[in-house]
Amino acid sequence: MQVGLSGPLRAAANGEASINIEAETIRELLNHLLERYPAMQQHMDIGIAVSIDGAIYRDNWATRIPEGSEVFLLPRIAGG
Amino acid sequence: MQHDQKYTGQDFKVVGTRPNRPDGIDKVTGRARYGADMSAPGQLVGLMLRSPHAHAKIVKIDTSRAEKLAGVKAVLTSADLPDLTNGNAGDYATLENCMARDRALYDGHAVAAVAAIDKSTAKKALKLIKVTYEKLPHVTDVDEALKKGAPQIQPACDGNLGGRYEFGHGDIEAGLKEADVVIEKSFKTGQTHQGYIEPHACLATVGPDGSGELWVTTQGHFTYRNVCATLLGMDIAKLKVTSSEIGGGFGGKTHVWIEPVALALARKANRPVKMVMSREEVFKGSGPTCASSMDVKIGAKKDGTITSAFIECRYSDGAFPGIWGMLGGMTAWACYDLKNCKSVGVDVLVNRPKVAAYRAPSAPMMAFGVESTMDMLAKELDMDPVQLRLKNVAREGTQSSYGPVYGPIGIEPTLEAVRDHPHMKAPLGKNQGRGMACGFWFNIGGQTCSDLNIGVDGTVNLTVGTIDVGGARASLSLIAAEELGISYDDVKTTIGDTNSLGHNDTTEGSRGTFSSGMATIFAAREAIEVMKGRAAQMWGIPVEAVSWENGHAVATGAEHGNLPPLSLKEIAAESPKTGGPIAGHHEVTADGSGVSFASHIVDVEVDPETGRTQVLRYTVVQDAGKAIHPDYVEGQFQGGAAQGIGWALNEEYIYGEDGCLQNAGFLDYRIPVCSDLPFIDTKILEIPNPNHPYGIRGVGETSIVPPLAAIGNAVSNAVGVRLNQVPMSPPRILKALEDA
Amino acid sequence: MSGVHVTTTVNGDPVEFVCPADESLLDVLRDRLGLTGAKEGCGTGDCGACSITLDGQLVCSCLVLGAEAEGKKITTVEGMADGENLHPLQRQFIDNAALQCGICTPGFLIAAKALLDKNPDPSVEEIRYALAGNLCRCTGYDKIVRAVQAAAKDLQKQNRK
Repeated sequence: MQVGLSGPLRAAANGEASINIEAETIRELLNHLLERYPAMQQHMDIGIAVSIDGAIYRDNWATRIPEGSEVFLLPRIAGG
Repeated sequence: MQHDQKYTGQDFKVVGTRPNRPDGIDKVTGRARYGADMSAPGQLVGLMLRSPHAHAKIVKIDTSRAEKLAGVKAVLTSADLPDLTNGNAGDYATLENCMARDRALYDGHAVAAVAAIDKSTAKKALKLIKVTYEKLPHVTDVDEALKKGAPQIQPACDGNLGGRYEFGHGDIEAGLKEADVVIEKSFKTGQTHQGYIEPHACLATVGPDGSGELWVTTQGHFTYRNVCATLLGMDIAKLKVTSSEIGGGFGGKTHVWIEPVALALARKANRPVKMVMSREEVFKGSGPTCASSMDVKIGAKKDGTITSAFIECRYSDGAFPGIWGMLGGMTAWACYDLKNCKSVGVDVLVNRPKVAAYRAPSAPMMAFGVESTMDMLAKELDMDPVQLRLKNVAREGTQSSYGPVYGPIGIEPTLEAVRDHPHMKAPLGKNQGRGMACGFWFNIGGQTCSDLNIGVDGTVNLTVGTIDVGGARASLSLIAAEELGISYDDVKTTIGDTNSLGHNDTTEGSRGTFSSGMATIFAAREAIEVMKGRAAQMWGIPVEAVSWENGHAVATGAEHGNLPPLSLKEIAAESPKTGGPIAGHHEVTADGSGVSFASHIVDVEVDPETGRTQVLRYTVVQDAGKAIHPDYVEGQFQGGAAQGIGWALNEEYIYGEDGCLQNAGFLDYRIPVCSDLPFIDTKILEIPNPNHPYGIRGVGETSIVPPLAAIGNAVSNAVGVRLNQVPMSPPRILKALEDA
Repeated sequence: MSGVHVTTTVNGDPVEFVCPADESLLDVLRDRLGLTGAKEGCGTGDCGACSITLDGQLVCSCLVLGAEAEGKKITTVEGMADGENLHPLQRQFIDNAALQCGICTPGFLIAAKALLDKNPDPSVEEIRYALAGNLCRCTGYDKIVRAVQAAAKDLQKQNRK
């Protein structure tokens, strides 16, 4: 599936705005991402959020990614 | 147990009503206990010594005379707080901020602390601590800090650049070529403080066995526990943190400030230590939000279609790099459906306090730039400002400026509600003007754990781990009552301490009711499963033949259909004989939070003689997803708007040439008072979040985002001058009128 | 430091205490008498969270010395309810959701009572100016003003009876 990358994550993926990764869960997705782009580690340390069909998942790595869904990786968000 | 968290569109019986809050009587009678209201036998008073310099090398700290003073039980410097952070940069920054190490990085940075038998002895002891400083050059302005040759604040950073984050899609240069009109403008916002009325306060105890207790005003007692345990080398399970009633937080109580120091003093003295910040310390030594400086450029066709949208905003993070530029960059263009957009958030270090979150952190600044420029564009195109926004509005299916494609969202409905609101048609007088603006905030979820216990009389204790600032206990009681099918009055919700529940993330990002609401729904459903089993036992029928309807177990199927339903109370009464206490428990990473949008309308009158702006009328329209307790949703809308009004018109940290804060008190840092404001009208829209069983989005933050620009637009419409700097204080408005 | 012996009345009860000459009445109430209803938001008289009345006069207790309470009658939020009956202001603050975090509430209740004692039928503007010395950061004051209006009506009804 195609995975979109937001600004700061693009830099760690050699500037790619979108990459192709096969994964059934968020954990698989992030593991594959790290294998391919070791520079992702610093973003993983701070935290990466995964948007699946517009809903943002911050922590639950067991979450399944339905086939055909729109997936986008974002920096982790905090609030006030 | 896995539960489906999808919104089902159920009809609500008690959710959406407005019962009295459970902590109301305690709070109107003075019984409620806040951070400074707790005492322990033999407690000491802890006080902090703070740097009087904006930037200085700490050559030597001589504590010997203070230590000898009768009644002093412990004196602390950074030497007593070894670095146990194991290379974690965030934890180390927290440690260094709690107590300066080799350098003081801002006016008010803590450098030493004492614990003594009373306040006057502790004050005397502070005076006896001799700190030898070597003053260093300082910089407090965000743009100055980025210039070559500016004093460098953190050696690990590139100059004072803490980080640079870009978001967006398309090609803004190509978009500009398509544009008929281009508007370009720069803006600045002053640094503001959350301004919670309750200063930071805690009571700490640590025994020689390494076990400790902390009573503290905080938005996240579990987070405070983890951070304090890390910094002090304690076991997490041996530090019990109890959250007091909290006298406001707005993001400022998401980080530790005095708490690790209070624990370290208590450990050194082996006596309980109470620390309470003064208001001056709150301004100087806690975490305000950033000042900012930004450049905006929008290109559009004659019909109002935006072809190119660019913003770069530089945020002053204080002396430690944060994520504030990144957050701002994500929010900038979120309200709009844009072919070509780019936002850049830049984090900049300055000699000011370490910034903390403040309600929708970083979004109000970007919104000031974006929404002011949108109005300038509307004027240039001779278009109605609401129509211009509607023409470019983001909808379900729009690719957001920060990346993902939106699900169902509420920006268009809020704009339509503004367009159709009677406020928009009310007449205006001389020197009066009307403005509107939009705002966005993400909302977050996170780790959550709730516990629901049913007593033998059928009343219910709900224990949650997200702290309650503005009425969340009432909302969560409503949710438990709804789910169980019982009365609101039969549920008592309390906030558990860190020993009584699993980890709960801090109450930030408008997550309290969203996350604990979700955990409560599922805990109640688990309790219902238990009760169905008990009812089956009482009837002697298989559990599969029992369903739950309106607070009753109902026997189903032809065989059992004639059994009269068993109420929750009847099942609870029999519980000692059917297997013991009935409980439901749920822990979850509450993901799937729904984004939130608001549109505000404001009328102002500007006095051209004095430059003073009076807010005459204010209307907030916001999507709540689902308003569980509408009174407290309205309260969030009104409170956020009032804070935004203060930011727009009055509030600002003012630094002198010496890099020291000149207005560290409520007299000179003036937050809005009762006579400054009108009634604040609210309109709650409910566009359900598809990923929450009740459709909840979170309502706490978005309302602070639009006011800065809404008021700027109103001032522009009132007296014809465009203010590009907040606060729009009387001298700035007078100057703009003179220059016009 | 030698202490000052003070004889006073707090919420109708006779009270004696000894405090240093420079100790504020707020610190006396909170730390010596255990009445933590009055809050310290600023210590400089700017926020009103420590509002009490002294012989019926509304004051910031952080700006009054403990020693000045000699022979005076002090009323704090703890003295507002009559047994289990809440004062109409207390009732209306709850009914109107006029508090969120509640830290400013004791001060607002005392200040609003001082207003209604003098002016039983205040206009919105009079309410807003009378309460301008009390800071609230949560509510935007909207529901506070409405609660005071509603309590004024309740008190008028009570007094007609």
